[in-house]
Formats: sequence, structure tokens, C-alpha cells
Amino acid sequence: MSPTAFERTTEQPPSLATPAEPAAQPVHTISILVRNKPGVLVRVALVFARRGYNIESLVVSADVADGEFSRMTITCSGDPETLEQIIKQVTKLVDVVHAIDHTGQAVIETEIALLKLKCSLSQRTEILQIAEHYRAKVVDYGSESLILRIYGASEKLDNVVALLRPFGIVELVRSGKILMARALETT
Amino acid sequence: MPQTGRIPTGGERLVQCLEREGVECVFGLQGGAVMPIFDALYDSKIRLIQVRHEQGATHMADGYARATGRPGVVLVTSGPGATNTVTGLLTALMDSVPIIVITGQTVSPMLGKDAFQEADVTGITYAVVKHSYLLKHVNDIPRVLKEAFYLATSGRPGPILIDVPKDISSAKCTAPFVDEVDLPGYHPAARLDAAALDRAAAALARSQRPVLYAGHGAVIANASRPLLKLAEKLQAPVVTTLLGKGAMPEDHPLHLGMFGMHGTAYANRAVADCDLIMSVGGRWDDRITGKLSEFCKDAIKIHIDIDPAEFNKIVRPDISLLGDARLALEDLLPLVRPCNSADWLKQCAAWRKQFPLRYAKKGGLRAQHVLDRLDKLGGRDCILTTDVGQHQMWAAQFCLTTKPHHWLSSGGAGTMGFGMPAAIGAQFGCPDKKVWAIVGDGGFQMTMAELATAAVHKLPIKVLIINNGFLGMIRQWQDLFYDQRFTAAALEGNPDFVKLAAAYGIKGWHIRRAGDVDRVLKAAMAYNDGPCLVDAEVVHQENVFPMIPAGASLREMLVERPRHKLEKPAGST
Repeated sequence: MSPTAFERTTEQPPSLATPAEPAAQPVHTISILVRNKPGVLVRVALVFARRGYNIESLVVSADVADGEFSRMTITCSGDPETLEQIIKQVTKLVDVVHAIDHTGQAVIETEIALLKLKCSLSQRTEILQIAEHYRAKVVDYGSESLILRIYGASEKLDNVVALLRPFGIVELVRSGKILMARALETT
Repeated sequence: MPQTGRIPTGGERLVQCLEREGVECVFGLQGGAVMPIFDALYDSKIRLIQVRHEQGATHMADGYARATGRPGVVLVTSGPGATNTVTGLLTALMDSVPIIVITGQTVSPMLGKDAFQEADVTGITYAVVKHSYLLKHVNDIPRVLKEAFYLATSGRPGPILIDVPKDISSAKCTAPFVDEVDLPGYHPAARLDAAALDRAAAALARSQRPVLYAGHGAVIANASRPLLKLAEKLQAPVVTTLLGKGAMPEDHPLHLGMFGMHGTAYANRAVADCDLIMSVGGRWDDRITGKLSEFCKDAIKIHIDIDPAEFNKIVRPDISLLGDARLALEDLLPLVRPCNSADWLKQCAAWRKQFPLRYAKKGGLRAQHVLDRLDKLGGRDCILTTDVGQHQMWAAQFCLTTKPHHWLSSGGAGTMGFGMPAAIGAQFGCPDKKVWAIVGDGGFQMTMAELATAAVHKLPIKVLIINNGFLGMIRQWQDLFYDQRFTAAALEGNPDFVKLAAAYGIKGWHIRRAGDVDRVLKAAMAYNDGPCLVDAEVVHQENVFPMIPAGASLREMLVERPRHKLEKPAGST
């Protein structure tokens, strides 16, 4: 993974700049249940890095069992054969309980984003219209700036970002995608 | 042993855990951060083998493990002591060898603060271990040691590293011994899929040109007996990889020898023309497949492996059998019946006759001649270790391996300097065997400091240096593919190896003429008063054939030096 793989900057990240176009490589979302041990993130990341696979977003959080396990939700893109190897090699790690590629599966997925806009009062009406349409909430109302909080499918977030970009987004922080398999399927 | 009632230190508890795991010997080198553990060995019945360089310790543990099937243990200090084990860890990982490397570490409060001899050892070694631990609490020692031995030896074996800060090895350990492991992410024991076994048996029944291909997994799983039975029952020829040597007696009529880049021509022809190939614990390495798109294009591929990540990694098998190679073959045996392979075996025999392994008998001393004679003079009953390069390939070709765990060579990693320390480890593990280290003059000089280790213990290993004054395989590639521009191939400055041995009090002989070969090899074979060394000064112009240039298909095999100039190979090395 490139040093900037975890970053999404305001400067034209490719996946954000052209939300309508399909990605050159299919995007996969992988859910990994790991033991909450030091170094487990590095071990997982190294499996991707060694095979030149770019991690686009990564969320690590606690699992329902207190403290013993953690969840990783990774979105990445690349060729399916390499990904098959990566999932097998990740599964092989001693601290990984399971790794599941949810691509194409029925899942509930969501992501949250915070956007900071530098904007004059005259631009606000239009910004707030867009925000309202996408159910974004204004969480900070400054004299020269606004911070919007928005959640939903990653594609929806891509669209909002694209729409607001002309108004001057100065900072963007996205949580990365999280998901859960529907019904009683295992995530 | 500590008195009853006295609370042991972490180091003492760790050594007690090693004793409980049945560890006979530890290969180690002292250092500041590991002193509490060495101190605990003072009172232990575990034999401490002091080495001269930590890399040597790892290869000794590796050779011990390959020869005995039991895990080898290494004990070294922090910082450079630990980083010197990285090559040995890679070597063990690539060839699935169970070794446990215990490294000292600076005291916990100084971690990450650039303390003296501090290195982020778990960080440095993530990519070369099966699993690793950085101990945080002294009372974790019994659990971690139990897990380490279980992980190293179960499933697909591999190296485990345990980094032990000095305050933890010095602190009092009150934790009891642990007998069970709780690893929810680790499930090495796979039950064989009965349906897949049936499909494999059905495919074998239809095959008229079958080939069984045995890799290191067949040796590790002790699958030799069922493999032999299966080959005989099916009437199927067997080929092995470099590390599969010994999985089936190489002098058996159904054995076609090693295949791949420098395998026998008849083994490669059989693989190229087969209608079914069944891998038993092999991983379709690039050294054996050559150009993948051409490899066994139309043959049914069956793959037996204990590691599910090996399926579809290189080759997409038609039938994959997940599980232990020995159990898989035992389950398969009653399901199969003889193949209709009489014509096929005849064809294989014809190829064997048409393309025998051969070498020039005139024009100076040849490595092949030395190794051929070693085989004939009893080498077949010895444990042989090698370094990496031309001598390794010639030894693989001419020194037949008839028993498992008798051919110890660095395959995946191709680690020069492996041979001599691996022989030391193997000799410690198998004191009743004769052990020969077949090494090149290049590789030998990388770890020759361990001559002292062998001399101190009067270990009767026999070091055979195939000395051509070159990095021979590099020279060969430059000769064939780089217009004979021999950059950095000649080993100018080589010492007189017999004098070097003498400096350690080690017996040595030169072989300079073909006429000396038998006399010296016999003398070395009979020598039992500590280590001995044979320096065979062979001609340097010789190349290893057959050869499949890297990335070429098996059909493009060269059985001798071609007249035309060769393109640079497409494959990696």
C-alpha cells in the first residue's frame, strides 16, 4: 500500500473526482474478525502490501465480545485472483478468526463523513439546499465556514463531495465503509 | 531446577517450558538482554550449543528440525543478535520448517526509545514468521511457549519468534504450566473431503499417463510409505521436487528423479507429457513449472496440501484435497485401482535411456564425478545437506536419496551458507547417522565460522566443498545468457580450506585429480574423530544440465550446451 493509502485528501483523489465512472478495478469490501492482539493490524496490512494491493479504507473497532476480538472492515481494489490469495493468506494469520469478502452480497453498509467548507454568506443557501437534500447536518456554523456531517452509502458520500467541491471544501474526513451482512449471515 | 517453593524467574520458567516440550538442545549465542535465560540454562539438562554467529544457530535448528521432525530452538540476544536470525527465519518459513527463535529484548520501559541493542524485532520479522510474540507480562510465558511449539509443528509447520524483554525474563513468574492452547483463529486439522477423494480416485482410474509429484509436504507429513504403495498400486511414475527428495526411494524403478529447472530430462518429459499430475505436498514452485501457461496444459491436476492458501495460488487444480499428505494418501489407497499405464511406463523408461544424466570423464576433476562417487561410496545412507547453487543441483542429481529426512537443502529461500550449520544441527539430532555437508566455496564462506562449533563438540560431520573458485551458478548464467561477462563471479582470495580446517584442529584433504576421489571420500567416510573437511578442487567451466531457462516451458529443456546464443530468460532468477 502506498504511504498515502489511508489518506483521502481534498486534492483530487481519483475515486472521489469521478464518482459516476466505474473504477478500473472492482472495489471489494472485506470483513475480518481478529483477536485483539498487538501487531494484528500490521500483519493484515502486510499481506495486502506484499501483493501490491491498495487498501482504500480501513475501519478497526471493537467486536461485541468485550475486548477479546476486533473487527476490521477493509475496502480495496485490484484483480480478483490476487484478492483470493490475500483473503486466504489473511485467514491463515493465527490472530485472524475469519475473513469474508462481502462483494456482491446483501449487506447493510454505511460510512460517515465530515466536510469543512470555507464559504461566504452568499454561497450558503445553495450549500444548505444540497445538505438538506442529502440529509447532511450542519454541526458547526462559523462566520466563514461550515462543517457538515453526512452518513450513508459510500457512493452517496462521493456524490455530495463532488457537488460541494466547487464551493471550496477545505477539509474532508471520512470514516471508511463499515458493513454488516443481512439477517443472520456472518459478517 | 529451582527448589520447591522458590518462585522461578521468567527465564527459568521459560527454560522449564522448553524442558516440558522435550527440547534436547538449544542453539544460541549470548548477549546482554538474553542473559537471564542463558543463566537459567546453567541448571538445565538441555544441551546448550554455543554458536559463532546467530545465522548459524538458525540453520542448525533448521537442520535439526528437518532431520528429526522435532522443532529446533534458537536463543539469541536483542538488536543485532536478533536481526542476524532473519535469514534463518526466511529459510525456515519458505521450506515450512518448525523452528522457535527466542530473542532477548531491552527492558520493557525502554522499548521504542532506541535503547542500546534495541531493535523492533517483531516488526522486522513479521514477514518471515508463521507467528510471533512480544512478551508483555512474565506470566504469559507458559502460555506463549505452549502456543509457540503447537503453532511451529502443527498444520503447515513454520518458524515462531518470541521476543522477551529482559525485565520479563528477570521477573518472578507465578503462572502455572499450560497444557491446552486456545487459538480461535487457528484450525490446522482439516478433515479430508470424502467427495474430493472419490473424484481424485476416479480421475486416477481414467488416467493412462499419470505422474505423482512429491514435494516437501510429503516428507514433512511422513507420507513415504503410502506414497510408495500408491505408486506401486497405480503403476504411476513418481517425480519429486528438490525438497521432495527422499519422499520415495530414488532408486525405485518408478522414480524418475527430480524434475524442474535442473531436474532429469526424463522426469521433465514425463511431466510435460502426462495426462494427470498429482501433487503431494508440493506448491508448484516456479523452479518446477517453468512457463506456467504451458505447464501441464491439458493434464488433470490434483493437489494435496495442508495449506488451503496453496490451492489456486500458482495452479488451479481440478481437484484439491485439503489435509495431511499421509492421511490423504492412506485414504486414497483403497479407492484406486491400477492405471492402464504399461505403455506410459515403457515410454518413461525409454526417455530414461535416451537422456541419462551424464558428465565428461576427461578434462579435469568434475563436481559430478565427486558427487556420483560419494553416492556410490555410501552417501545414499547418509544425511546430506547442501548450500545453494551448482553443487546443490549436481548433488540433487547424482546423490540419490532413498529415505525421508535425509536430504536437507534450502529450497524456497535458496540460502547460501545453509549447508554446514544445517549439518551440525542434523548431527546433534541424529548422532548415529553420518552427515555430509555438500557446500560450494561461496556459500561455505558465509557461515564457516561454525567450524568452531563442530570442532568444540567433536561432531563427526563431513564437509565436502565443491570448490570451483566461482559463484558457479552465476558464472553459468553469465556464460549462457550474459555474453561471458563474468562480473563478480570469481571468488578471488579464497583461503586454502584444508589449512583453514587445520587451524580449527579439523582433519582435511584436498582432491585435485579424479584418481584421488575414492581414496579421500572413503577416508572421510571412515573418519570419526570429530569433523573433517574435503576440498574438491573442480574445474570451473562446467555448467549444470539439463536446464530449463527460467520462465521457459519444460519442453524447452536444454540437455547440453546449445550452439546458438540464448536469450536472457524471462523468469526471475
